[in-house]
Amino acid sequence: MESFTAILAEALGLILSGDQAVIDIVLLSLRVTLTAVVLACLIGLPLGAMVGAFRFPLRTAVIVTMNTMMGLPPVVVGLVVYLMLSAAGPLGPLALLYTATAMVIAQTILVTPIVAALTRQVVEDLNEEYAEQFASMGIGPVRRIMALLWDARYSLLTVALAGFGRAAAEVGAVIIVGGNINHVTRVMTTTIALETSKGNLQLALALGLVLLVIAVVVNGLVYAIRGSATRAAYA
Amino acid sequence: MHDPAPMPEVQNDEEVPLLGAQRLGFSAGSQRLIRDIDLTIRAGSRTVIMGANGSGKSLLLRLLHGLIPPTEGHVEWCERPLDTAARNEQAMVFQRPVMMRRSVAANLRFALSARGIRGAERAAREAEAIASARLEHLVNRPARVLSGGEQQRLAMARALACAPRLLFLDEPTASLDPASTHAIEQIIDQAHDDGVTIVLVTHDAGQARRMGQDLVFLDAGRIVETGPVAQVLDAPSSAAAQAWLGGRLYLDPTHSSQT
Repeated sequence: MESFTAILAEALGLILSGDQAVIDIVLLSLRVTLTAVVLACLIGLPLGAMVGAFRFPLRTAVIVTMNTMMGLPPVVVGLVVYLMLSAAGPLGPLALLYTATAMVIAQTILVTPIVAALTRQVVEDLNEEYAEQFASMGIGPVRRIMALLWDARYSLLTVALAGFGRAAAEVGAVIIVGGNINHVTRVMTTTIALETSKGNLQLALALGLVLLVIAVVVNGLVYAIRGSATRAAYA
Repeated sequence: MHDPAPMPEVQNDEEVPLLGAQRLGFSAGSQRLIRDIDLTIRAGSRTVIMGANGSGKSLLLRLLHGLIPPTEGHVEWCERPLDTAARNEQAMVFQRPVMMRRSVAANLRFALSARGIRGAERAAREAEAIASARLEHLVNRPARVLSGGEQQRLAMARALACAPRLLFLDEPTASLDPASTHAIEQIIDQAHDDGVTIVLVTHDAGQARRMGQDLVFLDAGRIVETGPVAQVLDAPSSAAAQAWLGGRLYLDPTHSSQT
């Protein structure tokens, strides 16, 4: 077996040479993950905001359920989505199994509870601050939710980042529903798992490095945006 | 020991009942925090509510504004039940102004938009409100970085931009320096001159004399004395008001506050 430095050097070579296989895998990963995060935000932000801003029967049960679902085991989500999308499943006729869409569905299911639960907490805290003023101003429920989401936007960036982190690093669900098919459903995490088992450590490490760099860049951007927002008293 | 207060009625020359409370009460568990409040606020009046800490002044203000539903009695607006539409004809400024995470101008725009005021009229009212609060140089600054006095002026401007008929003020100058207090009092004076009815909670007897016409004195959640401000402050008839104005702690032996 080659030394770690030799493997690292070859991995860096793959990245710097613009290896087409690496680029395809990275682009597909970003497409799947970002689509899932956007969908999760479209569902989770208003859902979390409504639970955070309003009082209704069984609200505590909803909060406990959302918090519990933050820790959904990816392989279980993968298995359930697989059963739904398989030929014998209720969504079988859509023929989505082993497609990027199936991976998006699985990741959306994993990320939505994270976005919803964290949004609920952020919005609830802000609503406590605004509630009396909004009541005095006669703010209706829709305007209230929109205002809370807008005024909490910098905190919610961090929420979206948490969802992105979960989706980008996830392997269990996407490998079950995507099947890790070359050029079709092969993403960074599934490729790392496959190539490591095959002993092709250069490609696995190259993708691992790309994954880390993406995580650092996204974190850095969000940190910078939040920092400037805090300095300007908008966060 | 003092005599029970007769049914208080705060009046002025116009004799138009704007806001009324009948047998208003609020209990939390077994504690009756507000009890037996009968009060009439007439259009164009300036009413000051005073009382010791914990006497229920801020809670009474919230009940009158409809922010908290009473557990007893009711509040009427122009002799009709107080509802959302009625509350839209009122505004309230809190002791600690709630500033949205937006610019000064955006805070005003939000309040105006919420009342359905848009376009040129919104722009005109926004400019007028900013000028009245003397915040022209801060219009694009985040509201939360303003000083306490500037924030309270913005809160006043935001409340008045929607042209309320009645303005509730819950100790709006409690944490402000004399200059900022003077600026707020000028805005209140101007609002009153423009026809806005004022209901002000304050601990400051000097402010009560400057700003008020009628005074309502609360003790343990009840009105114990009402009358013209100077009369109540110069010659209080209730033991609670006498003690409070004399700087003494007053404990009413006839009310345990648990009943």
